[in-house]
Amino acid sequence: MLAYISRRLAAGLVLALLVTLITFLMLSLSFQDVVRTILGQSATPESVDAMTKQLGYDRPVLVQYGDWLLHLFRGDLGSSVYTSLPVASSVLQRLGVTLSIIVPALIITVLLSTFLGVWAASRGGIADRVAQGLSLVGYIVPGLLLAIALVYVLAVRAKLLPATGYTPLAENPGAWLRSIAIPVVVLVIGGVANMAAQVRGRMIDELRRDYVRTLRTRGISTTSIVVRHALRNAASPALTVLSLEFIQMFGSALIIENVFALPGYGSYAFNASLQGDIPVIMGITIFGVLLVTVVNLGTDLANGWLNPKARVH
Amino acid sequence: MSTWRKLLRDPQAAVTGSILILIFAAGLSTPLLAQHGPNESDLSMVNAPAGTPGYLLGADESGRDILSRLLHSINTSAVSALIGTGVALAVGVSAGLVGGYFGARTRAIAEWAFNLVMTFPGLLLLILLMPVTGGDYRYTMLIFGVLLSPGIYRIVRNLVLGVKNELYVDAARVSGLGNARILGRHVLSVVRGPIIIAAAFMMGASIATQSGLAFLGVGSKEIPSFGDMISSGFRNLYVAPTQFLWPSLLLGLITASLVLLGNALRDTLAGSRPQPAKVGQGQRAEVTPQPPAAADPEALLEIRDLTIAYPGPGGQPREVVRGATLAIHRGQTVGLVGESGSGKTQTAFAVLGVLPDEAVVTRGSIVFEGRELIGLSDSEMRPLRGKQIAYVPQEPMSNLDPSYTVGAQLVEGVRSALGISKSEAKTRVLALLERCGIADPERTFDSYPHQLSGGMAQRVLIAGAVASRPKLLIADEPTTALDVTVQAEILDLLRDLQAELNMAVLLVTHNFGVVADICERIAVMERGQIVESGDVLEVLRGPRHEYTRMLLDSILDHTAPIREASR
Repeated sequence: MLAYISRRLAAGLVLALLVTLITFLMLSLSFQDVVRTILGQSATPESVDAMTKQLGYDRPVLVQYGDWLLHLFRGDLGSSVYTSLPVASSVLQRLGVTLSIIVPALIITVLLSTFLGVWAASRGGIADRVAQGLSLVGYIVPGLLLAIALVYVLAVRAKLLPATGYTPLAENPGAWLRSIAIPVVVLVIGGVANMAAQVRGRMIDELRRDYVRTLRTRGISTTSIVVRHALRNAASPALTVLSLEFIQMFGSALIIENVFALPGYGSYAFNASLQGDIPVIMGITIFGVLLVTVVNLGTDLANGWLNPKARVH
Repeated sequence: MSTWRKLLRDPQAAVTGSILILIFAAGLSTPLLAQHGPNESDLSMVNAPAGTPGYLLGADESGRDILSRLLHSINTSAVSALIGTGVALAVGVSAGLVGGYFGARTRAIAEWAFNLVMTFPGLLLLILLMPVTGGDYRYTMLIFGVLLSPGIYRIVRNLVLGVKNELYVDAARVSGLGNARILGRHVLSVVRGPIIIAAAFMMGASIATQSGLAFLGVGSKEIPSFGDMISSGFRNLYVAPTQFLWPSLLLGLITASLVLLGNALRDTLAGSRPQPAKVGQGQRAEVTPQPPAAADPEALLEIRDLTIAYPGPGGQPREVVRGATLAIHRGQTVGLVGESGSGKTQTAFAVLGVLPDEAVVTRGSIVFEGRELIGLSDSEMRPLRGKQIAYVPQEPMSNLDPSYTVGAQLVEGVRSALGISKSEAKTRVLALLERCGIADPERTFDSYPHQLSGGMAQRVLIAGAVASRPKLLIADEPTTALDVTVQAEILDLLRDLQAELNMAVLLVTHNFGVVADICERIAVMERGQIVESGDVLEVLRGPRHEYTRMLLDSILDHTAPIREASR
């Protein structure tokens, strides 16, 4: 088991190296523009050169990347070119905000999708059409429009929830809940649309398998067949979708945060990218990769627990 | 071409397709329709209301004509869709063809690269690479296309792998066609459908992503786009809510139409997918059950005039079992013989009440111990199943739940049939496993199905079936999927258990040798009808029906020992 986890972590490390290397190489094409952005319109060629040298952009790209890596292994992600704040702590703080909407959204999505998918697949008929219709609505309305519509109805018109802003959980749990409510609902609607359809499809496949018939001939109850047997077997393929769903949700969160002016990963990435703040961009990249690695590892472990064939001894 | 006609007749495809054509045609005729440039601002027109001359839908916060900007935005979204989808198709299809057609090593590399692409949050990358793309949405969409390509790669790879294993590619290779031509001719014709479906969804994704990015402000402000218009309308939401409405409506209409069109394409091109049915509603019967008339008093099970139909291609019901009649006495072993597809298994399923959802019993009766089974609900059947009537399937592996240990599934069955405690059930299951010839019952009890051999798995299933001493055991080709040496052992086991428990056995098989070996009576089934039945020895020695003779002849040619076995 430990060997398996370390192997997966090693694979994640390779992924992190590759993604950061590619990002760095692509960014290096624009280092000149970045320096000009920092210095502003009035920069003289001399000051551009001086700044380039100061930031170390005059060295070969691979040397710069190696340098960044070395610092990374010492736990040092550098500091922002603009604010001089250390990258690591700022990134973590922003990531916390984004995760605080993604994690609740993901949990609700999983519960709701499982319920809807199982319901549709084991009831058929009208139940199925209702579930299909609901997920279609979530699928065809872009999350961005949904977010704005909900803000307009719930916050601007009905004044039930705050339209914008974020309160940390530690500061005031009630206010935190109110500040993440609409973004979470928007992410859940998009997520359920996708995930419930997956669960439904897997369940339909599973319920048609031979072992289900054999279990029925043994007089085993319908509930046990649906929940204990079919759902358990359907959960394993559905889990692989879950990690993709997380990545998808992360992307949607970056846009939706903006509607609610949440100080999350998206706006942070956007500003860093707009300013060409290379250390911050690299910090955001590496944390993004690590996050994905951890999520993938988690789903793999859960899959091993659910599916004996995938279990690693 | 008939596919296209079918699509045109499908209202969903026709309506969404027309909407998209209308919208994009309007986009193309922007030079004719738009009265203003996309960035032409007139300060006297700031937030002009709809209906202002020259500003049909009004003007935005900078005094730009909303209608003109909408038209230009259509073109931006069209270009985004074309670039994103085009790149995804180019990369995904070519890599899929290569990865699917050539060897495992090439495939492993492609697989690895695409997994890499898939595991990174694409939208974050698009934002972070803004310094590189310089805010030009076309470059952004180029990268987005690469991020979309893994989906296409998978579709194409799987289809190519499937096609590759099919005969006609081999035939093409034998006939001397080069690799490239094989790919071109056969594979592309197969992958076309799924790719068209995926393209519709990818276009929707490209447009939604471009709008999202533009809403964030990624990209040049000079480019009119729905995202930018929505962002401006959002800022102005309190002042002029309709400014937000128009671009949202159009964007929503486009993406919704693309998704619905994709769904319609999938239904038409990929055929219908299985529909769910209510689990536990019992099998469907469209007969009015009649009181059993002058039944055979000796019979444990009596099937009379049983007819089972499936929905056929033209809506006409297709009968797979037609008026089958069969009786089994207590403790008797009856062989039901026939070619595959003759309706044997359907008859067996009907007795157990586990016919597939599509099947309907249209005629006849099944009486078990004086009780009519046709028309019983699943919950009325449940007390009979396992306890009175048990079942041994054909394919042992697929009939065990892969996620539970052998012990866990057997214990569940025993407990639901007998209502005994967990530890009692375990003792009983262990004893049964041993009785069924399993050398190390404890170990098998804790094994998962994939850790067993086929013969072991079949012993496990037999143990599960006889656990509650049923009166009738229905064994559907119990030895067909097994090795020859194991077959004899399993038959011996069935025979011994039959004698020990004094069960009646309905043995479904296509093998006369098996019937001769253990059955007392035989029924021969041909295309849904029982054409001959009687004592085994009599039928085997002097078959009266032509079909029986034909079956016997075809077997005797190959396996001489049959007559010996039937001595």
